[in-house]
Amino acid sequence: MQKPFAITLKPGTSLTNHTGTWRTARPVYLDRLPPCNNACPAGENIQGWLFHAESGEYEKAWRVLVENNPLPAVMGRVCYHPCEGACNRGQLDSSVGINSVERFLGDEAIKRGWKFAAPAASSGKKVLVVGAGPSGLSAAYHLARLGHKVEIQEAGPLAGGMMRFGIPKYRLPREVLDAEVQRILDLGVTLKFGTKVANIEQSMKDGGFDAAFLAVGAHIGKRTFIPAGDATKIVDAVSVLRSMEGEDKPMLGRRVVVYGGGNTAIDVARTAKRLGASEAIIVYRRTRDKMPAHDFEVEEALQEGVMVKWLSTIKQAGEGNITIEKMALDEKGYPQPTGEFETLEADSVVLALGQDVDLSLLEGVSGLEIKDGTVQVSPNMMTGHPGIFAGGDMVPSERTVTVAVGHGKKAARNIDAWLRGATQEVPPKHELAEFDKLNTWYYSDADKTVRPMLDIIRRQTSFDEVQGGLNESTALFEARRCLSCGNCFECDNCYGVCPDNAVIKLGPGKRFEFKYDYCKGCGLCVAECPCGAIKMVAEDI
Amino acid sequence: MSFQPVKFYQTGTLTVGNRLLAQDERSVQANQMRSNSINSGHRACQGCGEALGARYAIDAAMAESNGQLIAANATGCLEVFSTPYPESSWQLPWIHSLFGNAPAVATGIAAAMKVKGRNDVRVVAQGGDGGTTDIGFGCLSGMFERNDDVLYICYDNQGYMNTGVQRSSATPPAARTATTMPVGPEPGNVFGQGKNVPEIAMAHNIPYVATATVADLRDLEYKVRKAMQMRGARYIQIFVPCPLGWGAASHDTIRLARLAKETGMFPVFEAEHGEVTSVLKIRNKVAVEEYLKPQKRFAHLFGKHAHPETVARLQAIADRNIRKYKLLPEGEN
Repeated sequence: MQKPFAITLKPGTSLTNHTGTWRTARPVYLDRLPPCNNACPAGENIQGWLFHAESGEYEKAWRVLVENNPLPAVMGRVCYHPCEGACNRGQLDSSVGINSVERFLGDEAIKRGWKFAAPAASSGKKVLVVGAGPSGLSAAYHLARLGHKVEIQEAGPLAGGMMRFGIPKYRLPREVLDAEVQRILDLGVTLKFGTKVANIEQSMKDGGFDAAFLAVGAHIGKRTFIPAGDATKIVDAVSVLRSMEGEDKPMLGRRVVVYGGGNTAIDVARTAKRLGASEAIIVYRRTRDKMPAHDFEVEEALQEGVMVKWLSTIKQAGEGNITIEKMALDEKGYPQPTGEFETLEADSVVLALGQDVDLSLLEGVSGLEIKDGTVQVSPNMMTGHPGIFAGGDMVPSERTVTVAVGHGKKAARNIDAWLRGATQEVPPKHELAEFDKLNTWYYSDADKTVRPMLDIIRRQTSFDEVQGGLNESTALFEARRCLSCGNCFECDNCYGVCPDNAVIKLGPGKRFEFKYDYCKGCGLCVAECPCGAIKMVAEDI
Repeated sequence: MSFQPVKFYQTGTLTVGNRLLAQDERSVQANQMRSNSINSGHRACQGCGEALGARYAIDAAMAESNGQLIAANATGCLEVFSTPYPESSWQLPWIHSLFGNAPAVATGIAAAMKVKGRNDVRVVAQGGDGGTTDIGFGCLSGMFERNDDVLYICYDNQGYMNTGVQRSSATPPAARTATTMPVGPEPGNVFGQGKNVPEIAMAHNIPYVATATVADLRDLEYKVRKAMQMRGARYIQIFVPCPLGWGAASHDTIRLARLAKETGMFPVFEAEHGEVTSVLKIRNKVAVEEYLKPQKRFAHLFGKHAHPETVARLQAIADRNIRKYKLLPEGEN
């Protein structure tokens, strides 16, 4: 071997020494399921769209978002964000404001006029969607994108379902809802108003539909018997909220009592306050921590001057007043009457005791199972009648917009499979990216961005939106608080910390690869990966 | 330090790379084209801190000198695992002579380059703590006082790891080594001995002295690059945990380096002409136990025959460092 003067060894000749043979365990890259994604009832790929938002690519982020949910601007306002409750960052400082970034993306899309990608090639199949609420709209959107012809038949005069007739304007401005509905219709979805489906089988036959998705919601307010004089006005919350959309606003009087403890009770009490009621009192039979309404909504209502009588039931409604009985919780946490009474002045009583489903369209349909007033569906969202699927509030579930949107998506994918004579193959879920899989040292310290709130006086007197949105810089900041749990965000740590130079950086967006010929299996890359996207696997020895 | 985060970048400058940073703000190690001065196939143990620290430092020096770099290496792990005849992992001109003469060899190379008029060619010398603080110390001090144009990098793993984990003058008190066994009333290495070579280097009033760890890449690269922009004698001591000699898991190398800094056991600072100019602040202060417990060389301090008073003495050393170098964030010192 001829070498220049004084040179004894050639550079980099150690490559002949394959140190990978020392290894007893190998690192492998993987994608773990981020807790936010796992918690999202609409099945959003939250970490996935935040990834693009982090680099300021908002349109790309929005496009990843709407692959699962066509209503981000709505969802960014009304979702109760279980994702944030599951967020690993909550264990570090405070959870990422996913909901506010979602709203920012949704608003940005409306502002910039982003449209959905054109649907796939036509399948030649027709699907009937009954009800233009969140579930129906979501199903229509997904079915249309899969190439099916979709017609929505809606009994009411406007689209949105409970998003319009249940959620007050101060939480969801109607122009936002209209914009997102219109974008779905622009995909070629037909929407017929004032078309109440009386008999689903007949409607399907008449229109030549190959399958149907039912999402009529739960619009019948539950009643309870309250002994009352003629003079007392007793109405149900659903009707009150629904009439807010019409010309004639409900006449509730100056002193309004709301009976119930759910989100609807809060909504109606806050609405009454805005309509000019001097007193809006919620009567609820248990305590605040047992209340089904979300605590932040209770807090906002209290800020606006809504009052709550905890541990109380209405015994009787008289002329201009009601009698309530004090309750006490027993050992099991159930309220028991105490025999102590109190009188409250009241011009009207609004019952917010939950809602029932109008199931009349299903009469005579074979194979259906109705239980507790809801339609039973299989895990693929199909009812007992082949080809008829159902979702949203009319099936057993938590009744939120987000769940409804998730049902719509799931049903659409299963309808698509059913129409092709197949069953939808759901890939197994990735293992969960728990907090202990992360190396949080690497994340910058940063507290959550607080969204601006409307001035209290305007909250009490107008239906202007209460919660403001983030602007571009605060949204970017908030997106960048994401820890990217379980999914590589190309921080180069593995590439850097390998003492053996056994990681290949493949370039932007392409992630990394191990050179197993040289990897000694020390596990440094796994220990120093901030987001838990690498794990050690024992070698077969 | 040089990297003041002006905007929020998810991981800021804590990770090796960051896709959200502009290209020129990224680290040398994040670059697909980094020089990989010490390439794959070397025979360092799993999770070797020294192999990692050497690549971090020499790659940064290569970047700063546009690849015009010569390295002189003292005997030690770094030399043995990288260059067993007939192979070498090094991808730059590299010379090894003796255990104790790396600073002198580097001085000679620098003089030769000067004679040849090759101002563009820069020289580094490197060695472990044994070759630096003990065996090569005379040559090193000479290099300092002559202000020779050499950057000397000491990879400090606190002992003679290559020859079987014997004590060096950089071994911390109470640590078990082959020559400081955990027996008797004061087990492990004795208190009150050893050398603080960064401070001795500062006493020579040389242009630049710095300490760094393999847990803070951006800080390490910044210091190497800064040193390479200067002329004259410069000294950087890099803290490189040794899984074998310390009895630690191979995946804990970086964590231990981080804990050494966060406890105050290893102060990270830089000094120019004998004066400390900046320190890397502690981010989340932790007690020394957290640093000691994962290491078997300190195992005799815990468990059935624990030595809490020895742990307290080690804590006092850390506290003294924190006081002396003002390692806590502003207002907390």
